[in-house]
Amino acid sequence: MDRGGGGIMNHLLTTEDLDRATLEELLADADEFSEVLNRPIPKVPALRGKTIATMFFEPSTRTKMSFDKAAKALSADTMAFSASTSSLSKGESLKDTALTVRAMGVDLMVVRHGATGAPWRLAEWLDIPIVNAGDGAHQHPTQALLDCLTIKQRFGSLDGLRIAIVGDIKHSRVARSDIFAMATLGAEVILVGPPTLLPLDTEGWPVKTTTDLDGVLETVDVVYLLRVQLERGGGSVFPSLPEYTARYGMTNERFSRLKDDAIVMHPGPMNRGVEIAHEVADDHRALILAQVTNGVAARMAVLFHLLGGESNE
Amino acid sequence: MRQVMNADDLGRVIRRIAHEIVERNEGLDNVVILGIPTRGKPFADRLAAELSTIEGNPVRAGSLDIGLYRDDLDLRPRTRLGPTIIPDDIDGRTVVLADDVLFTGRTIRAALDALADIGRPASVQLAVVVDRGHRQLPIRADFVGKNTPTSHDERVSVRFAETDEEDGVWIGEVEGS
Repeated sequence: MDRGGGGIMNHLLTTEDLDRATLEELLADADEFSEVLNRPIPKVPALRGKTIATMFFEPSTRTKMSFDKAAKALSADTMAFSASTSSLSKGESLKDTALTVRAMGVDLMVVRHGATGAPWRLAEWLDIPIVNAGDGAHQHPTQALLDCLTIKQRFGSLDGLRIAIVGDIKHSRVARSDIFAMATLGAEVILVGPPTLLPLDTEGWPVKTTTDLDGVLETVDVVYLLRVQLERGGGSVFPSLPEYTARYGMTNERFSRLKDDAIVMHPGPMNRGVEIAHEVADDHRALILAQVTNGVAARMAVLFHLLGGESNE
Repeated sequence: MRQVMNADDLGRVIRRIAHEIVERNEGLDNVVILGIPTRGKPFADRLAAELSTIEGNPVRAGSLDIGLYRDDLDLRPRTRLGPTIIPDDIDGRTVVLADDVLFTGRTIRAALDALADIGRPASVQLAVVVDRGHRQLPIRADFVGKNTPTSHDERVSVRFAETDEEDGVWIGEVEGS
């Protein structure tokens, strides 16, 4: 079973090593899965008999539910693990927990963990495909796929699009994943945020950075707003929420200055009135619910690629 | 590989099958043509073009991908998913499935499962360019371009300009065997 090279995936851990052909293939299949999800019976038998475990060591509702729906729409069985009710609280190690779940007969693991790199360790310890559903502030590759799918459905292609990612880039695994996927697909990515929330070092990243949202607003095709992570304490990294909104929020006034066909995206959950105005969030050019819908299709494509037969093309 | 049908032969066969579809169904009012990707799709499109000429009305073919319904996903190389486009409601109507080669019957078994998830046709008919035998399931075609006996190891290649830059049918040994 050689699935080593040539753009063929063993795991999905990061968007950094995905080549364009692999990304395009995943997005093309995700498009077909969107069609499946619109059928009267939105379910296909492709992964019948496979078992997928969702291992969430950090809280999540939407990502976990989205993977669960994706697995079920492919007819896989699912098992859920959540840290708060598990033997982790009795002191079991990550490795022992993973080996125990694997021993029950699991074919693929979806993992979210607060520690950067945890999914890579699981990929070393276990002999099954691992999907990273978020590791610390590092990567969240399926989010990038659903974002690229949403943009591609709207514009046909990402080639030549200007995309501004706005907000707390430094702590954002969403941004880190999106940057590489969007750039590989031909978009120009601009990181926008206060100096304290931009990464210290973006050398080697295919991006430009600026602290001036108003300076790029009128030239971009996509404004991707990141959530202000209120739980991290606004006070330490920017002076106040109103000041953040004044400089980096998608207010009604800023929204009116966007190009006519520009779109607004957000990974959720939104802080309405902080990074995005109420009216903007509900506008038809805000594709936030389309992103959620596409999340299921994108995750189906990933699960199908990792479990749906051997690719030797 | 040896050629068993040239472009003219293929064109005549498709025209004949189109006439047979009209005859069997007493018109096309209740008929939906669905091609199975990859090469069932250009076959269905060609049939639709002939049917449009015969009936004097535009007929559009859809496509039905069966990649997610195969019973051998673990056994074979994974192929790309093709499009599923259902141009009309299929409930209560006659669906004509179009595919290039009828072999084991497993593709058609998968297509019937896929159809059942999409709707409930009154009946389903099958049109193929080549029936090469070696059925593993109780499935037969309603419209056959050419019955061609083959050995199990041979490969039948139906080519359309849309997918292969030439029209015709070839038979040969499987590469590498």
